[in-house]
Amino acid sequence: MTHLNTFEIFLLLTILKIVVVLVITLTAVAYTVLLERKVLGRMQNRWGPSRVGPFGLLQPLADGIKLFLKEDMMPLAVERPLFVLAPIIALGCALISIAVVPFGQQTLYKGVDLFQISDINIGLLVILGVTSIGVYGIALSGWSSNNKYSLFGSLRATAQVISYELALGLSLVGVVLRAGSLSLRDIVNSQSHHGMLSWNFFGGFQIVGFFIYLMAAYAETNRSPFDLPEAESELVAGYHTEYSSMKFAMFFMAEYANMITVACVATLLFFGGANTPFGHLFDGVFNHGFIHAVLPIFWFVFKILMFLLLYIWVRATLPRFRYDQLMSFGWKFLLPVAMVNILATALVLAFHG
Amino acid sequence: MQTALFIIFGLAAIAGALNLLFQRHPINSALSLVVVMMSLAVLYWTLGAEFLAAAQVIVYAGAVMVLFVFVVMLLNAGEEERTSGSRIAYIAGIPGAAAIFALLCFVFLKNKVALGNTQLGGDLSGIVSNITDISHTLFTSLLLPFEATSILILIAILGAVVLARKEL
Repeated sequence: MTHLNTFEIFLLLTILKIVVVLVITLTAVAYTVLLERKVLGRMQNRWGPSRVGPFGLLQPLADGIKLFLKEDMMPLAVERPLFVLAPIIALGCALISIAVVPFGQQTLYKGVDLFQISDINIGLLVILGVTSIGVYGIALSGWSSNNKYSLFGSLRATAQVISYELALGLSLVGVVLRAGSLSLRDIVNSQSHHGMLSWNFFGGFQIVGFFIYLMAAYAETNRSPFDLPEAESELVAGYHTEYSSMKFAMFFMAEYANMITVACVATLLFFGGANTPFGHLFDGVFNHGFIHAVLPIFWFVFKILMFLLLYIWVRATLPRFRYDQLMSFGWKFLLPVAMVNILATALVLAFHG
Repeated sequence: MQTALFIIFGLAAIAGALNLLFQRHPINSALSLVVVMMSLAVLYWTLGAEFLAAAQVIVYAGAVMVLFVFVVMLLNAGEEERTSGSRIAYIAGIPGAAAIFALLCFVFLKNKVALGNTQLGGDLSGIVSNITDISHTLFTSLLLPFEATSILILIAILGAVVLARKEL
């Protein structure tokens, strides 16, 4: 690589990172679907998919082939350009936000960080911004379908996402105040000193912020118990009623990619990102080369897996909210509590920080 | 690379703005406006105003325009029709827009020295954070305008509540 200049090395490595992260994320999305079906099955006392491959492990492949080969129906009365654009916006926004997530400790190779696609000084705001653009995917899909149930679904989704975005943003302010930075790398580093004790969830007393974030994020991703936009008993299938084949699959993938993003953000902001929970206790044992580099990624993936399991557990347990309950919960409970949390954190930091 | 970014997103902004004017359907126009806002956000970022860029995307593109699209969808507004009023708008609008453009150019060029300059994309390569500076300025020297704006917004919220309450 001696004949390449710095910019070319940066460009090649960045493209390589993007490809690797994209492939891993999409595989993770496919297997999250399988995980959800298996775990839901177990919780409802049945097997879940078990026929394709050992323990049903090849089921995502079969699903993928099925969705690719299905006929792509295009209803006559749709707004064609927007109808095609909507799933692209939804999936694109869901995948873009993973670009600022740091997957491991900073490891520089020729000036390029290997475990993060781009370290942006406002990484957190980028994630919030990209998620707020993702609403267009849902809103446009419902409107362009020219179907009343789709429109109802997308109106519900839009109102819900806009309402809960406020609580979501405010719940993160406490963490930002503690770290003094909006860069995700800095926020993770601010929790790395004493293992589990310095995580924002335990040592940082952001436990209230975490639960507000969790509930708002479930509403943002339109997941149960806030899955009113696709309530099948009232709205057929919600905003993607008219979609078939790969266009439907793109919405489906976007939902699961959003789940993974939410899990990433929760891990980074409240659970120390890729840091081990044990702090410096086992430094002597795992301090050589390869394990030292890979162990942070193991912890990161482990924490994300826990969040995905929580998602599925919640879906299997809780019934759906009613629409007015949803709105009053967001505006009258989550928002004030988030503000009180900010106030308390700011006061404590002003007197002790 | 910074020049390439500037050209790409500058052209995207102009194309979005033109599309906004030429589209007949309100939803298409609203979406073009979103494209303009996103491109402007990238341009702000290349000029080193990353907080402004994020605020532009989150507040304008992500919240205000979503509400616009929402209202257009609810009203189910159809395509515009050409009336005699639209011809008057053409006749008065094009010279008016040109005049405002010329005025802005004149003001900016005249105060070029006072406004100062920044290198295009110079802040992208070195990681700097000016959020701290922004908040210092906002809460010290610009405190009065900041609070006045907050109260203005509060009044608007209260007005909306009062208007909505009549119907309940």
